Amino acid sequence: MSVVTPKMIGTRVKRREDPRLITGKATYVDDIKLTGMLHLAFKRSDIAHGIIKSIDVTAAKAMPGVELVITGAELKEFLPPMPIGTPFPSPDHYSVAVDRVRYQGEPVAVVVASDRYLARDAADAILIEYEMLPASIDVEVSMQGKKGIIHEAFPNNLAVPYVPGGTGVDPVAGIVDNTAVDNAFAEADFVLSQRMMNHRLAPTAMEGRGVVAHYEPGKDHLTIWSSTQNPHILKTFIAALTGTPDNQVRAIAPEVGGGFGCKINIYGEDYVAAALSKKLGKPLKWIEDRSEAFQATIHGRDILAYVDICGKNDGKVTGLKIKLIADIGAYNMILTAAIPTLTMLMLNGTYNIPAIRAELTEVFTNKMPTDAYRGAGRPEGTYFVERAMDMVARHLKMDPAEVKRKNFIQPDQFPFTTQMGAIYDSGDYEKALNLALKNANWEGMKAERDRARADGRIVGIGLAFYVEVCGLGPSSSLPTGGWEYSSVTIERSGKITATTGASPHGQGNETTFSQMLADQFGVPMGDVTILHGDTGVVKQGIGTFGSRSQAVGGTVLMKAGEKVKDKMAKFAAAMMNSNEEMDTSEMIFEGGRIFAKGSPGTSVGFGDVAAFAYVPVPLPAGLDPGLSDQAFWEPSNNTYPFGCHIAMLEIDRDTGEPTLLKMVAVDDCGTVINPLIVEGQVHGGLAQGIGQAMIEEVVYDEDGQLLTGSFMDYAIPRATDFPWFELDKTVTPTPVNPLGAKGVGEAGTLGSTPCIVNAAVDALSGFGVTHIDMMLRPEKLWRIMNEGGK
Amino acid sequence: MIPEEFEYKRAATLDEAIALLKQSGGEGKFLAGGHSLIPLMKLRLSEPGVLIDISRIPQLQGISEKDGKIQVGAATSHSDVVNSDLIRRLCPVVSECAKEIGDPQVRNRGTMGGSLAHSDPSADYPAVMVALDAEIHLKGPGGWRAVKANDFFQGMFTVDMAEDEIIAAVQFAPAKNAAYAKLHQRASHYAIVGVAAVLEMDGRTCKSARIGLTGASTHAQRLPGVEAALAGKELTQANIDAAAAVAADGLEDVNSDIHASEAYRKAMVKVFTRRAIEKAANR
Amino acid sequence: MANQVSIKLKVNGSEQAAEVAPRTLLVHFLREQLGLTGTHIGCDTTQCGACTVMVDGKSAKSCTLFAVQADGSDVTTIEGIGAGGELHPMQEGFWEEHGLQCGYCTPGMIISGIHLLNENKNPSDQEIREGISGNFCRCTGYQHIVSAIKYAAKKG
Repeated sequence: MSVVTPKMIGTRVKRREDPRLITGKATYVDDIKLTGMLHLAFKRSDIAHGIIKSIDVTAAKAMPGVELVITGAELKEFLPPMPIGTPFPSPDHYSVAVDRVRYQGEPVAVVVASDRYLARDAADAILIEYEMLPASIDVEVSMQGKKGIIHEAFPNNLAVPYVPGGTGVDPVAGIVDNTAVDNAFAEADFVLSQRMMNHRLAPTAMEGRGVVAHYEPGKDHLTIWSSTQNPHILKTFIAALTGTPDNQVRAIAPEVGGGFGCKINIYGEDYVAAALSKKLGKPLKWIEDRSEAFQATIHGRDILAYVDICGKNDGKVTGLKIKLIADIGAYNMILTAAIPTLTMLMLNGTYNIPAIRAELTEVFTNKMPTDAYRGAGRPEGTYFVERAMDMVARHLKMDPAEVKRKNFIQPDQFPFTTQMGAIYDSGDYEKALNLALKNANWEGMKAERDRARADGRIVGIGLAFYVEVCGLGPSSSLPTGGWEYSSVTIERSGKITATTGASPHGQGNETTFSQMLADQFGVPMGDVTILHGDTGVVKQGIGTFGSRSQAVGGTVLMKAGEKVKDKMAKFAAAMMNSNEEMDTSEMIFEGGRIFAKGSPGTSVGFGDVAAFAYVPVPLPAGLDPGLSDQAFWEPSNNTYPFGCHIAMLEIDRDTGEPTLLKMVAVDDCGTVINPLIVEGQVHGGLAQGIGQAMIEEVVYDEDGQLLTGSFMDYAIPRATDFPWFELDKTVTPTPVNPLGAKGVGEAGTLGSTPCIVNAAVDALSGFGVTHIDMMLRPEKLWRIMNEGGK
Repeated sequence: MIPEEFEYKRAATLDEAIALLKQSGGEGKFLAGGHSLIPLMKLRLSEPGVLIDISRIPQLQGISEKDGKIQVGAATSHSDVVNSDLIRRLCPVVSECAKEIGDPQVRNRGTMGGSLAHSDPSADYPAVMVALDAEIHLKGPGGWRAVKANDFFQGMFTVDMAEDEIIAAVQFAPAKNAAYAKLHQRASHYAIVGVAAVLEMDGRTCKSARIGLTGASTHAQRLPGVEAALAGKELTQANIDAAAAVAADGLEDVNSDIHASEAYRKAMVKVFTRRAIEKAANR
Repeated sequence: MANQVSIKLKVNGSEQAAEVAPRTLLVHFLREQLGLTGTHIGCDTTQCGACTVMVDGKSAKSCTLFAVQADGSDVTTIEGIGAGGELHPMQEGFWEEHGLQCGYCTPGMIISGIHLLNENKNPSDQEIREGISGNFCRCTGYQHIVSAIKYAAKKG
């Protein structure tokens, strides 16, 4: 391996993406305009469950500007059901409902018109008659089939009836041995049980979804621009479903206005735009309204858990049983069924719990399907475990930090195989805990809380620790393939062009990846251009999710760079006219020059070598012209970043309104490429984690009507909702990749949520509370203080 | 996101506005700031055939002092009310209330007349206007009419205005001991409960009080029980608490939604009545 | 097409005359008819502030304004705030302090920041947070945005 002089890596470099974004010059999907482009609008179901009796499109078809009105039944003739990306059995899910609707907001018919205003008008003019069916909304009712069956092939609405995991489970042999778990509970000093709900959320990227599809009949070529986190996967799926060879489809993620998981999916609207563009031979655009987003973009979380935890009176936790019931909504989307399995995978938390039994059931309901939302399965697991650990501390009247210390996996135990089968790569949990306690002044917080209580205020403090699984991953852990792709080209001028399959949507990969190549080649960062998001330019790729950009995308970038660097060193050696055989593997690339090993006086200009490589006269023996190469790479394991979050919360005694007074975070994401960007990622994660704990919740009524269908009723945090976040880090590199980077995008959502609920429980402990389900609705807290929670 | 089609007309004078409205044959609506109307139109919950833009009518603009009263033109923006020296000096509760509406951009466009005419059950201004015993000045084809705020708000989105009338201005007397206290709905920032207290004080004694409530029920209303309980009383904490304790007595049609049940709203009516009185008494 | 109305307005310093349908929202007029796509749309209930522009010197949500209402007005969008190719101090602040990630809310956020400083040259953290309470950001947690506006305030 060649020497990398750390210069840019680890530096707070401001972002290269920003100039276009702060001047309004970036191009998001709705900014794309093609000649002759038509607009789509979707007529959606306004009921949660029913049979489509009739669709009257007469009026709509007669309206000005309308090119086409098409129903699900008509689309079915040339658009098969949507594929999913998990191996679980799945009911047919058509882009547009064919004969039955299963959630409010499901597309029922499509209008193509000359502009978006006319398309909307026509969609509103479509008349649909339904035979209403009962809506199955409550997950525990749904799983007994009491409110009817949503998909005939899935009795009792069980999408995934039963998956066991943990101690004594051999999934291959089908063995579930409960001996260890039963013994742990039999021998315990205490057993605590709690039902916990990790409720449903709307991801709410500020840019909604959107798609432009352009089929060119002369070339039999389809180009699709979509606000997506993974253009290559989009391309693959669109090609398959529209019957277009995948070498005739080009997918482009233009500037993407946030994703948080919800733009991993390929949705019905994407397929319809592609299929209808192909049918009409014209470019089509569809842009989602926010009201549509609340109804018809995937939701996150919604897992119910029955938790039993047992242990010894000294604070040692000896056993954990968790029964998970996931409300996945009406259909399987790309990763829907897999998300709760990540919850299962992480049920060890950061603790060496010797016996764990997990059981998972996934249930259909008449709601929007769930799928990956920032954290995707891991925040749920963290929440259940951290709430349970806090209950242990409260039960034993111990400091929660002490309970954690007693149970932490120790630094010398890594790599550590958990009861759930994860292999944690590296960690020093106590170090992060100690730093967080110190930064927060934990003892001081206790005193402050006690003083506030003496004044009659309702104040609590909370602490939570998390570990998450990131850097996905080996292909065994990701059905789409767990690798990433990059190419690096040294241009004739000596400038560098690199491509990455890790297509970002706010993560700043253009900056961090430029930093890395600048260091690798010893050139200014400004000489590096990172291309992404276009399958016509980036040959292959997986995408950006699961906090994998740096750990996987960053590593493969360096691998591609190494190949080019190796060849470049050979050209440099040839130019140095060395008579001796030079050890090119240890040449130094620095300050825009390439130096021979051991003779710092001998060097050639980086640009000169680049120019020579493209006009190599004479061609050095054993070399072909040019400086460009690519790499595919997948890690041998996932990465396991971790951290500790601490909060102080006050609840208004009169109103129940919670206010977050203090938020301290220590995160360990391994090697940090750009601290500024990492801080931003943590801030954003904290905001969403705090949002879940305090103000965000998707609510359906018993008929399946979405009651939080706009920002009028679904609260996302505003600037006024937060105190100043106090951040710090420890650095425990991962051995899984040569960078040592673990990933940070989702971290903030993991610890913050349980830590705030722990603080709320602490605040209300005087009222006899041992658990509160999120979100912290003022009325709920008020009822605890005034009516004992009734 | 996309409203239905409509015809747009702009009125230069109050009389022209009224005439245009009449011409529209029941299809017309006035448009000033549009911050109540346009959001409804975008969701197609309101589909007027004609919009008559009244935002440039000079008579509807401005904040002035007249015969010992403050007059606010109906098309005056919330932010102009927030920043008005006159109002801040003579009747700060109105500025305080205006600052609670929406957010900075909404306050820059939304107007007092629009908010009152719309009579959203959780709008802020109505509570303060009923507590100030404000007069709402309407003009119609038959001439001028003044309605007391407490009579003006009649029901959910329903006010005492004929189809062909327009709000021209709002008048209220200065009030020093007045305050507005609000429980925010955390998504919309509308009032779950908003209470305005206007007290006439003599030292620590409350000679008389007017209490206005919004958010709790179909429309803004006075709380006569609280007013009676305060009248002639020294504003000790015990007396304030006792008055606030009856705030929800006899409240009818109390709203209930995912943010606040009827029981919680009633409890909050008491809490925010107390807070408004405390704040007003200490001004 | 249904009835069209002629409007004249100044956008980023240049006079524009156009025919618009009355129901055309200002944001769609700016984006579709003038090609000023820096102004974004993030909701349909007048809350998120992604569409914020200056109308006659005051911040406004251009999704809640018909283009006809802006007839005769002076509108400034993100494309018009820097002078002579130079970044506005507010833009500089967002860049320096990492006040953005996906960038979608940023144009509206920057306009709100400018409006805030027009009214209050030296706002406290809390005043900044209130000043941008009509602008939603889902990426940053707002902390770096607060720093960005402070940066701009300091620069004057």
